[in-house]
Amino acid sequence: MSTPILEMKNITKEFPGVKALNNVSFRVARGEIHCLVGENGAGKSTLMKVLSGVYPHGTYSGDILLGGDVQRYRGIRDSEHAGVAIIYQELALIPELTVYENIFLGNEIRNGPLVNWNETIKRAGEMLDKVRLKVNPAAKIKDLGVGKQQLVEIAKALSRDIKLLILDEPTAALNEDDSANLLDLLRGLRDQGVTCILISHKLKEVIEISDSVTVLRDGQTICTLDAHKGEVSESALIKHMVGREIDNIYPRREHKEPGEVVLEVRGWNAYDPGLGRTILRDVNLNVRRGEIVGVAGLMGSGRTELAMSIFGNPLGYQIKGELLMKGKPQSFRQPQDAISAGVAYVTEDRKGNGLILIQDVKENITLANLYAIAQRGVIDSNAEIKIANEYKVSLNIKTPSVEQRVSNLSGGNQQKVCLSKWLFVKPDLLILDEPTRGIDVGAKFEIYTLMNTLVDQGMSIIMISSELPEVLGMSDRVYIVSSGRITGELPIAEATPEKVMRLATN
Amino acid sequence: MFFQNLQKVLRQNIREYGMYIALFVIMLIFAITTKGTFVSARNLSNLLNQTGYIAVLAVGMTLVIVVRHIDLSVGFLAGFIGAIAAIALKSLGWPVFLVIPMVLVLGAIAGLITALPVAQLGIPSFVASLAGWLIFRGLLQLATAGTGTIIIADTAFTAIGDGFIPDIPIKILPNMHFLTLLVGVVAIVLFVMSEISRRQKQEAYSFEVLPKDIFVLKLVFISALVGAITWVLSSYNGISWTVVIMLAVTGIYHFITTQTVLGRHIYAVGGNPDAAELSGISVKRIIYVVFGSMGMLSALSGILFAARLKSATTTAGTLFELDAIAAAYVGGVSAAGGVGRVTGSIIGALVMTSLTSGMNLMNVDISYQYIVRGAVLASAVIFDVATRRASK
Repeated sequence: MSTPILEMKNITKEFPGVKALNNVSFRVARGEIHCLVGENGAGKSTLMKVLSGVYPHGTYSGDILLGGDVQRYRGIRDSEHAGVAIIYQELALIPELTVYENIFLGNEIRNGPLVNWNETIKRAGEMLDKVRLKVNPAAKIKDLGVGKQQLVEIAKALSRDIKLLILDEPTAALNEDDSANLLDLLRGLRDQGVTCILISHKLKEVIEISDSVTVLRDGQTICTLDAHKGEVSESALIKHMVGREIDNIYPRREHKEPGEVVLEVRGWNAYDPGLGRTILRDVNLNVRRGEIVGVAGLMGSGRTELAMSIFGNPLGYQIKGELLMKGKPQSFRQPQDAISAGVAYVTEDRKGNGLILIQDVKENITLANLYAIAQRGVIDSNAEIKIANEYKVSLNIKTPSVEQRVSNLSGGNQQKVCLSKWLFVKPDLLILDEPTRGIDVGAKFEIYTLMNTLVDQGMSIIMISSELPEVLGMSDRVYIVSSGRITGELPIAEATPEKVMRLATN
Repeated sequence: MFFQNLQKVLRQNIREYGMYIALFVIMLIFAITTKGTFVSARNLSNLLNQTGYIAVLAVGMTLVIVVRHIDLSVGFLAGFIGAIAAIALKSLGWPVFLVIPMVLVLGAIAGLITALPVAQLGIPSFVASLAGWLIFRGLLQLATAGTGTIIIADTAFTAIGDGFIPDIPIKILPNMHFLTLLVGVVAIVLFVMSEISRRQKQEAYSFEVLPKDIFVLKLVFISALVGAITWVLSSYNGISWTVVIMLAVTGIYHFITTQTVLGRHIYAVGGNPDAAELSGISVKRIIYVVFGSMGMLSALSGILFAARLKSATTTAGTLFELDAIAAAYVGGVSAAGGVGRVTGSIIGALVMTSLTSGMNLMNVDISYQYIVRGAVLASAVIFDVATRRASK
């Protein structure tokens, strides 16, 4: 066997408190399509960031060999120079510039200090032919569909002298025709000798296109499968992806018969005018009193959009459908309406839209329900401190005092502050979006225990999570979301990891 | 031990105390270079009156910057409102007690109009208020087109800009304004009492408090400062109405920002608008409130300026917005949002007017004055960013 084009040896990358990659090894042979699969958080993106120099040499341990030579990237420019091109899920094109300007952006064809536009337009045309895209090179990017934009990105990558093309979930935002078209193109490029690494959650597509597949789980390489030896099948992939046993980190709780329906949505559709596409289609879902309903789905499947659209729709989607709270039709026009009706939403991105990092613990806890501790608009600071201290004790928030800035707390304690904030509004329904992302096992256990206590007291919980073990370990009932649709609803007794994964990658 | 404590507290709170120290140093330098003229009763009294119309703008601008916006239109809005007030008093002959509330409401409405495209369409406030800058400048010129400068004869109105509070007829100390002294003493007593009760409360909740000796030093220092200022003022004409208004605005806004739900919502929107919206706060509403208050304070600034000049002129309000923005930044407001106190901005305004007044006394050429003020603004912001980074 000849030298592999890429070899990553014993890569370990640590973040404070977490080992994102643990001794990962990864080989890609020349001229193949190599797929990289794994659950969210398995380490795929981190591995690609190491490869592309986002995490420069010295911030990880292990070696990267490209064509047999050891690489030491100081930044993205170095890896690009060496011939590694990455195309991310969020496209990096400039909407207001033309196709040809984008293709040669940062790599302009020059005549001294000037850009040689004639040559640029000519070469751009050649690149577009290569990716089989028929558009006017002078069209603006914003006037193209997502599928075509993706092809422009690939043309841009090909315009440089690349050794390795990496695509991070290229089909996540594409419809079926565009996806098929893209996969076809990748096969064509492979036949011309381009090596390609493809990260994908869509197992069907992985099986269809790959020459080999590497599975990552919990920051480790599980195995590399060879498609030409018939090793790649859906069941094999799922087995390796979810392989871990569900350990006893989930506190047991009796699955009681739940009470009346608290929230119901029917025929729920949402269109995002910003993205220009429908993000939720015909969603029907209900939650009953005293139950934990899991919503499983991969990143980008529409889970968070579902929560946002229910919680007063702050992102301005165009929504069609019915929402009933305790049997009464409701239309929440802003988060405040949802809060008043008894809904609380702990967001996925606690630093981005959950907490006010520059404020202290007590100010964050009382923020959503300030009028409860105010008289005629004046805050009773004694009451505020008392309430914050109560939550500090009952949720075991580790902080020197409630006057500590939340930016100084650890992830788990920040999450407890978020939870306190929403418990203080005394909701009937608590929506938790990735409630344990990026927090340590101890704090996870505390949060799970708290969830059990809350449902025992009669609260209802929707738990959105991409961690399958967590969904299966905590829920009474599971909905599976994929591409903006509910692709399945399973009682917990029937929900096996394989079944859920199959529906989620549907 | 004491000096170690002092050093530690100063280092930890350098950002908060920095501007007080800067103000003190600036005043000291001018006191020396002008051989005492700068700290004379007459000049200090004048300085405070000059600060008034910028200070009220700086208070409003603090909140605007806290919610991550800017309002460039406030200067000419102040000028325009001043002209409206002059016309109402002179040509229409309306009484003062009617004119003042009317123009304050008018200012608030103007602020809401500036906020409209910002809140509804997400237009950058820089652009929306730049449009306002042009429009209000045009309106000011229209309002003063007929007569040019409009002289205001109404003494009740002009007293706001150059009058002093009356004295009570008790003469214990000769040649001293007794009521001013009394106000000073009451202020000191209230300040000391509130600080002690606050400290007791914080101790009860086992929050971090200043070491006792430093706490006493702080009380003594601030009491001495307030005492000194009132002493100097009362040896001249006492407290002016401008200072009364400035203190009242500062007090009200300080209370709103630190004690009320509205204040908390404003700072939450500044700290993280997405989190605030998802916590049930209407970001739009907060933008309207903040710009509305800015408009009202612009009107107040216009009243103070017109009263001080006893007239409305075609150029009234020129560059006020930049002085107000500079004052807010010198006072520790952060452009990243969510951080800044109204009391800081008042100090910032005092720093900026002290520079002008001191350099005028020194007969420094106006060109150099601009350069010095620019350098002070830049150093203040650099200092702020540097200390913020160090404290992370």
